[in-house]
This record gives sequence, structure tokens and C-alpha cells, in this order.
Amino acid sequence: MADSSCSQNIIRGVRHQGKAMILELGGEIDLKCSAALKAKFAELYKQNPQVLVVNMEKVEFLDSSGLASLVGALKWCRQNDSEFKLAGLCKRVKSIFEICKLESIFQIYDSEDEALS
Amino acid sequence: MAKIDAKKSESLTNTQIELRIHANPDYLCVVRTAVRQTVCIFGLQEDKAESITLAVVEALTNVIRHSYGGPCEKPIIVGLNKICCGDKNRPAVEIVIRDFGKQVDTEAIKSRDLDELRPGGVGVHIIHSVMDEVEFSHADDCGTQLRLLKYIT
Repeated sequence: MADSSCSQNIIRGVRHQGKAMILELGGEIDLKCSAALKAKFAELYKQNPQVLVVNMEKVEFLDSSGLASLVGALKWCRQNDSEFKLAGLCKRVKSIFEICKLESIFQIYDSEDEALS
Repeated sequence: MAKIDAKKSESLTNTQIELRIHANPDYLCVVRTAVRQTVCIFGLQEDKAESITLAVVEALTNVIRHSYGGPCEKPIIVGLNKICCGDKNRPAVEIVIRDFGKQVDTEAIKSRDLDELRPGGVGVHIIHSVMDEVEFSHADDCGTQLRLLKYIT
């Protein structure tokens, strides 16, 4: 299911700031595109980021398949002594973390600036 | 291309709004928009509309993955109704999701333990958390019907 159009749709860019790698996501992340997100994370792991920040300010929807990609990334970071942070979740997206009792498992920040400070 | 049996394509009866899609993740966004709008028209606030939309998407994802074994051109029917039910005739949003795929033991469809941090497997938990009533049943010919209910008041 992962294809370049999905990737282009949800993956808005990758930047570096200091020791942090920032993955910017957008759009609606569901079964259609979650495989592309998982593949992107796998690509980023090769760079061995010390801090991986996912900017989700432009993410409008996230279901459990998208959430699974984020859980996978969190687990990789924990196993590799990296920090994993989420930033800019809108109310709709934050609610799935609350329903699944993951809001305290992830480091969630209101903005990218707060995540990086 | 396999022919779809006409009997298996019958609509849900007495449905106010009905969507029929192929079991293709490309169409989940269409269902999301329709469910969000419909649920608001039926009288629920936006935050509840969002959570119900999520529950429906989780159900459809499970149909695509498990009932059909992956994306295909087989149908999924989503019916939305505003009904009154129960002893006190409470208004509620009823959503019925019908597939024509592999039947699984409905007793085995359960939420998993959330204490274990691992990807996946939380769709059923989300559905049960959001909706007031969740009922799986086997259809006579094949497939499964999932009935979801959310009280408006």
C-alpha cells in the first residue's frame, strides 16, 4: 500500500536543528498512508538521530494504523537511546492518544519550539 | 473480474444514508467526510462526531484487513440512521457496517491489553471506547454486520 503519492501526501519534509531531526507530517494518516510513514521512519533510523521530533501541526486525522507507526518509532528510539517527541497535535489527533491511554507514554508538546527547547 | 452476487449486494433496509465502497483504503476519506457531516446533522456535537468518525474508520480498516484479507473490489456498506431506541425512546445515531468477507468468531473480537506498548491491535478498543453499544453478528449468506450506537442525549 505504500506508494510515492501517499508519501508525498503525508510527509512534508525532514529538517535538522542542532542534534534534532524533525519530521514534518501533514494530511490524513490512515490505512492508505500508514505504510508510507512506517517506511519513512525506517529510512530515518539509518541516520541514528539523537532526538527525533515529529511535527504534526498539519496532521488533520490519525487512526490506529498511523498511531501504530508512531508507537513503532517510539520503541525504536527507546531501544536506541534516542528521544522521541511529538509536537503540535490538534484536538482531534490528540484524542486517539487519550482513548488508547498513550498520552502519558509519548512526550507530547504543543509546538515544535517547545519540543526543541 | 469476479461477478458480485446480486443478493450479496442488497442494500441495508430502511437506511437514511447509505454508502457503498470497495474495500479500498483510498475511499476511507470519503466515508470520513460523510460520517462527520451526517452525525452532526443528526444532532451530535463536533467532538463526538470526530470520535464516531474515528470508530467507523477503525471498523472499516478491520474489514479491509481481516474480513477481506487486504484491499479488493468487494463491497463494504455503511448505513447511518437517526433512531429512537430503548425504554425511554432515546434518540441515537445508529451506524451499520456490512461486509461480505470471511466470518470470524464474534466472541473472539475483543480489545487487547493496552498496558503492553506495541504497534497495532487497538481498533476494537477504540470502537468500544467511543460507542455506547457495539454488536457484531453474522449475516445469513456471508460476512459480518457490525452495529454501532451512540446516544445523542
